[in-house]
Amino acid sequence: MAIVTAPGRSPARSRAGAGRAARREAANGWLFVLPFVVVFLVAIVAPVGYAIGLSLFRDQLVGGTAFVGGANYLKALTDPALWGGVLRVVLFLVIQVPIMLIIALVAALALDSGRLRFAGAFRILLFLPYAVPGVVAVLIWGFIYGPRYGLAGSLNHALGAGLLEPLSPQWVLGAIVNIVTWEFAGYNMLIFYSALRTVSTELYEAAELDGAGPLRIVWSIKLPALRGAIVIATVFSIIGSFQLFNEPNLLKPLAPNAIVSSYTPNLYAYTLSFAGQQDNYSATVAIVMGVLTAVIAYVVQVRGMRRDAR
Amino acid sequence: MSALRAPAIDVRRARAPRRSVLLLAIMLLLTAYTLLPLLYLVVNSTKSLDDFFRTFGLAFGSGFALPANVAEVFTHDGGVFGGWLLNTLLYSVVGGGGAAVLATFAGYGIAKFRFPGRRALFAVILGAVAIPGTALALPTFLLFSNLGLTNTPWAVIIPSLVSPFGLYLMWTYTVDAVPSELLEAARIDGAGELRTFFTVSLRLLAPGFVTVVLFSVVATWNNYFLPLIMLSDPRWYPLTVGLAQWNAQSAQSTAQPIQNLVLTGSLISIIPLVVAFLLLQRFWQSGLAAGSVKQ
Repeated sequence: MAIVTAPGRSPARSRAGAGRAARREAANGWLFVLPFVVVFLVAIVAPVGYAIGLSLFRDQLVGGTAFVGGANYLKALTDPALWGGVLRVVLFLVIQVPIMLIIALVAALALDSGRLRFAGAFRILLFLPYAVPGVVAVLIWGFIYGPRYGLAGSLNHALGAGLLEPLSPQWVLGAIVNIVTWEFAGYNMLIFYSALRTVSTELYEAAELDGAGPLRIVWSIKLPALRGAIVIATVFSIIGSFQLFNEPNLLKPLAPNAIVSSYTPNLYAYTLSFAGQQDNYSATVAIVMGVLTAVIAYVVQVRGMRRDAR
Repeated sequence: MSALRAPAIDVRRARAPRRSVLLLAIMLLLTAYTLLPLLYLVVNSTKSLDDFFRTFGLAFGSGFALPANVAEVFTHDGGVFGGWLLNTLLYSVVGGGGAAVLATFAGYGIAKFRFPGRRALFAVILGAVAIPGTALALPTFLLFSNLGLTNTPWAVIIPSLVSPFGLYLMWTYTVDAVPSELLEAARIDGAGELRTFFTVSLRLLAPGFVTVVLFSVVATWNNYFLPLIMLSDPRWYPLTVGLAQWNAQSAQSTAQPIQNLVLTGSLISIIPLVVAFLLLQRFWQSGLAAGSVKQ
């Protein structure tokens, strides 16, 4: 090994020696990367390719499986069940993402302010929901929402009226907004907080010398420094909203009248495949949603970054 | 980083010793909101089914039924819960742990070796960071069911093995923590690349590796959609799918009520992760910092 490496390091390296060293470096590189690449192909590339293939066929009552080209996509583009779900998740994200990110931002700025007592304890406590499985979070909130023996029920009983009905058709989307906000506000707080810690304190000191108050420092230094982190958090939140599945699927048994099987696009694709045996169409819906999510996330990122450059 | 920041914090404290009551009030409110469901979970895990139905949600019941509830959780339905716990451990350790190992190898390989296709490979993998697991789960299920892999542990483990974000984190970490001169020196000493990796680099990469292990284990531990669609035999369920099934059962008015089991089982399922997060604070915080700095 050393003998082969040495010529590469000596000033009078021969062309053949350099070529051999480069080849060996390439071989070693692939050795490290290969296990990941194999799993990447099996668990990401192949399923996506297979789903695209499936989406081009259709199971017909007569004649078995037939190639139908883009017919499944045409059906998806005009499917009211799918687009009803898309509208619902758009409504959801327009409400939920700003609420969650503002909570996370306020908490992160408070942690970073240097004026908060017990900052370390608050940081851990607010992050705790991240360690709670989403399923368990929905189960607990489902109990709390319960009209008969949950906290909502107790409150209604105390007030003598059906004031709080989180599982009713009008309110169930709000109930989901609350659960998702509870799950991820602390996580986003830590992302913002970590980004704030990278700002040089000299900037703050200089600003203070110039007579800037704490709010001015937040507005002129901290928020601009957080712009990248906010854009990324927004993109991930939008992706998450479009993929909404766990919360409606787990609340469905508790609120069967409020949550239909096409409540979100993902729930719809799941139902198509598992209850309807329509794998081809289910694959089409999954791909349409994947592309839609990617495009929207991309647009948000580009717009966010462009504002950054200005 | 913390070493660099420490004096700065002291300066800030010295200059602005005033503590804000308003900030404290806001944070107390947020903490109350955060802890409410967890408090509800703990309180109700100590109640018998009878007390659960009859007493106020945040008040303790007439007796302390937690031990009885725990015993019932592990014996109900032929002791299926213990199996779910073991399955979750298996999927998290093999799937999540394996994901961290593969991500570390590959992140290191991309950071420290030049080979044809490296940039393209990295770009494709980074693109895959944005693909959410739930969007991939259904296509993966369709493929695996065609291959006859569904309803086996592999159906959950194989998709859990790939973590593009973990690779990205380990790439960042390698670039920062492993100096190329050190590798060059090891090469001149005649060490093979694998030996260099295990004896020199891995020690430097340890904090990053623990971070990625933690995140990928948590992701696998908490996964619901993938095992839900992949597994039909309750014996292979992880905790998430099993608990959801118990909950759906108890929500039916005709079924035997087992709300106490759903609550106590939920409490048992979150304790290991909460403990892990509290003990390993340093690691996940540095991981989050790396993720937010390098975007």
